[in-house]
Amino acid sequence: MKLKWAIIGALITVIALLTGCEPLTVLDPKGPQAQTQADVIWISIAIMAFIVITVFVMLVYLLIKYRGSKQPDSYEPPHIEGNKVVEAIVVGIPVIIVAVLSVISVKSTYEVEAKPEGYGDKEPLVVYASSSDWKWHFSYPEQDIETVNYLYIPTDRPLEFKLYSYGPITSFWIPQLGGQKYAMSDMITTLHLGADAPGEFMGRNANFSGEGFAENTFNVKAMPQEEFDEWVKEVKQTAEPLTEQKFDELLEPGHLGQLTFTGTHLDFMPPPEGHHGGHGADDKKNSHSSHESTSSEHAEHEEEGAEHEAHNE
Amino acid sequence: MEFFERFAVPHPSPAIYASMVAIALTSIAIVAGLTYFKKWGYLWREWLTTVDHKKIGIMYMISALLMLFRGGADVLMMRAQTAVPENTLLDAQHYNEIFTTHGVVMIIFMAMAFIIALMNFVIPLQIGARDVAFPRLNALSFWLYFMGAMLLNISFVIGGSPSSGWTSYFPLAGNELSQSVGTNYYMLSLQISGLGTLITGINFIVTILKMRAPGMTLMKMPMFSWAGLITNVIIVFAFPVLTVALAMGTMDRLFATNFFTTTNGGMDMLWANLFWVWGHPEVYILILPAFGIYSEIIPTFSRRNLYGYNTMVISMVVISLLSFLVWVHHFFTMGQGALVNSIFSITTMAIAVPTGIKIFNWLFTMWKGKIQFTVPMLYSLGFIPIFTIGGVTGVMLGMASADYQYHNTMFLVAHFHLVIIPGVVFAMLAGLTYWWPKMFGFMLNERIGKWAFWFIAGGTCLAFFPMFISGLDGQARRMYTYSEATGFGIWNMLSFIGAIGLAIGFILIVYNIYYSTRYASRDIGDDPWDARSLEWATHNPVPEYNFAITPQVNSRQAFWDAKKNGHKLFKGGYKEIHMPNNSGVPFIMAVFFFIFGFGFVFSMWITVIASLIGIIACLIHRSFEKDHGYHISAEELEKSEVELRGAK
Ligand code: HEM
Ligand SMILES: [Cu+2]
Ligand SMILES: [Cu+2]
Repeated sequence: MKLKWAIIGALITVIALLTGCEPLTVLDPKGPQAQTQADVIWISIAIMAFIVITVFVMLVYLLIKYRGSKQPDSYEPPHIEGNKVVEAIVVGIPVIIVAVLSVISVKSTYEVEAKPEGYGDKEPLVVYASSSDWKWHFSYPEQDIETVNYLYIPTDRPLEFKLYSYGPITSFWIPQLGGQKYAMSDMITTLHLGADAPGEFMGRNANFSGEGFAENTFNVKAMPQEEFDEWVKEVKQTAEPLTEQKFDELLEPGHLGQLTFTGTHLDFMPPPEGHHGGHGADDKKNSHSSHESTSSEHAEHEEEGAEHEAHNE
Repeated sequence: MEFFERFAVPHPSPAIYASMVAIALTSIAIVAGLTYFKKWGYLWREWLTTVDHKKIGIMYMISALLMLFRGGADVLMMRAQTAVPENTLLDAQHYNEIFTTHGVVMIIFMAMAFIIALMNFVIPLQIGARDVAFPRLNALSFWLYFMGAMLLNISFVIGGSPSSGWTSYFPLAGNELSQSVGTNYYMLSLQISGLGTLITGINFIVTILKMRAPGMTLMKMPMFSWAGLITNVIIVFAFPVLTVALAMGTMDRLFATNFFTTTNGGMDMLWANLFWVWGHPEVYILILPAFGIYSEIIPTFSRRNLYGYNTMVISMVVISLLSFLVWVHHFFTMGQGALVNSIFSITTMAIAVPTGIKIFNWLFTMWKGKIQFTVPMLYSLGFIPIFTIGGVTGVMLGMASADYQYHNTMFLVAHFHLVIIPGVVFAMLAGLTYWWPKMFGFMLNERIGKWAFWFIAGGTCLAFFPMFISGLDGQARRMYTYSEATGFGIWNMLSFIGAIGLAIGFILIVYNIYYSTRYASRDIGDDPWDARSLEWATHNPVPEYNFAITPQVNSRQAFWDAKKNGHKLFKGGYKEIHMPNNSGVPFIMAVFFFIFGFGFVFSMWITVIASLIGIIACLIHRSFEKDHGYHISAEELEKSEVELRGAK
């Protein structure tokens, strides 16, 4: 019995803490995608709490009511095979719960996989985010600049991250803006995010990638569009250009601070476009050439999804 | 010089040197002890060459307990390292090696071994059989498992441990990014023990389908045997996938084949898919036997029959099918698009339905019962709330959109430990305590057992509940350190305290075994728990032939009805029994496999070829062998039965 109270106590503490003054990062969303996810998490916590409490109450009740020490020695428990009604309830209610959760899950999954809502039909800002041991490189093709280990983004505008990796599988994650997605070396994945208000957020690689994994983080700063444009202008005036040689140096395993360049590495080292495209031209020849896509970014993104579907079967 | 470079540990530390010394001293002590007490012959005759399913079960169990302590020592180091921010107890590489071996040891060499231990010991008895279908293969299974486990366990003193996680994702696990031989060890030790598991799977399916006592139809089979049947079917379907994945991974590492590398068209996500096509069913391979154990223990100590037998069976069948249809939930974040994720999200959550049915059936089994709080029952009762929390958080993880936030965080770590620990570990400890008198002829001390239970149950809650919070606060899993500013410190400190609680609980269990071996009464009868299934119908401990007379079964609870309703279990007189002979071949063959694996790890091809020849020689030897076993005559049988009854 002690255990049950301990668990109930713990649960109450957890809920109190979750709703308490210091919101937990994931439950303190700063953009539409993260907001959707936080809502889903709260709904599921509520429904799951209902199930957990039902089980707890039944367990405690049964243990108190039917404990052997309180019953006469002569009591012989009956033989009960089962009961159609009870079993129908026991199957029916979970089926209903799972059905409800499925609807929520499917709807929200489509939502977070699409361009974030609420920003009108603004063009998304495309950022190529690539990881190398143990850094993040952010290329802004539109602005023609590149940063390392930090990310400036405009608020109130859809963001479209193109993720890939120069090493192990990593996972790009800014918890307050939305959930993570893998960056892999042989393909590009797309992550849609958005930031509602200016602020600074933590970003990191969430997928274990070896020795420097724990420190594989980056800083994110959201600011109004004008301020962002201002920053771009400043970078263009002050930063060094990114050369191929310099980029090769950056790819060496190790940690770096924050760096800023004009130009991007996309020009001389194209990302693995298409599916399993490989990094360079050499690799491309050997890979499934049918997977390559030369159409626009969006078409390619859709094709990626289809491809993955195919290889999961 | 070359020699030392090759076998040297790439990242040595005082802890590793200390372990080397400890291993050497223990080995010397064991050899010296065996020689001094003249036990070599005994060891060889009674254990190394045995084909008796009960002894094999006990050897599995001892190995599993040893591995539990190996994996447990890793836990303490990991939790100590992360207990406070910016700790420097371990460096990154050492931490990575530890959590990798922890995962492998716990899932493959502890949990798997434990379930196979109990299946080995219990299932033949429970279905009224003399042994498993292929006793020699059974011995081979055990020795392959054991040699696989040993191969992984020497990795940290010879050549270095694997360090890319128990999931060993490529390309991180490829040659370029994991240069030490650690991952070779991973591939080969899993391959060798996996082979053993696959053989076990086939062996037990045949045993359960073909060797049940007369009258025991499938729908009269005890629930643990049912769970065993379904588990072994999953094993037979899932393990070949692992075999193939490991073979491809090994070739990538040793022959540069580029299946999973990033150049030349290799697909890193292919590994992830293959791994989880095996990996998700694997978690059900672990949990179903546990469900079976609880379905034996809860009725026994509620003094009532199991509620909803039919739905229990159906739900297990449904779980086994669904378990193959959900693997993508382990990488919702791989960018396969909303449609695929939605489908797998629904199949994943669907598993909660049959699982929920089982929980409610156990609850209804207690309804109108007469509950006794013995140690096995305490574990079963503790299992229900903790596992429910683990299960519902699984459903939360199954919602793809939300999983993008939980994936790779401590939230996931909390989920799977809160299903695996009450699921597997509690079940094994419950089963161990429950069947202990059958194995050894005396009971474990209840008082010490209860203390251990409370430490373990409390420790589990304290160790894992805080991780839900730190996960939602953004703590990724597998981080060897974090900064003060993150605020994770407090949660990790609580976890560390919980881990210590768990450790105390396990030490109490060992103490209990020692204490009870010395002081417990040997006069406990054949059925000390007043139980319900056939294994309790024979002697304590069980004679080598299990049942002197094959039992006749008429009902689901054959033994209970024999006791209460006067059904007759044993009809007719003693007849001659045929028994298999002991054999050293399984052990010798497994030693060759060990050498094979070791040679492969270090690309020593001459060693590999020599050991392969040894393996083939064992097979050839077996095919020419004319060994028909031996017979126990009716007179001998009668004599030993009279003696056994006299001993009571
Ligand atoms: C109600 C049933 C369950 C559901 C819905 C469920 C769901 C999930 C999901 C969605 C994940 C992946 C999470 C992620 O990586 O982000 C996961 C991981 C995991 N689950 Fe479960 N689960 C259930 C039961 C179990 C059981 C019974 C076990 C073990 C006996 C188990 C063991 C694991 C393990 C070991 C992992 C993590 C593997 C890793 O990444 O290292 N789960 N579960
Ligand atoms: Cu792909
Ligand atoms: Cu799974």
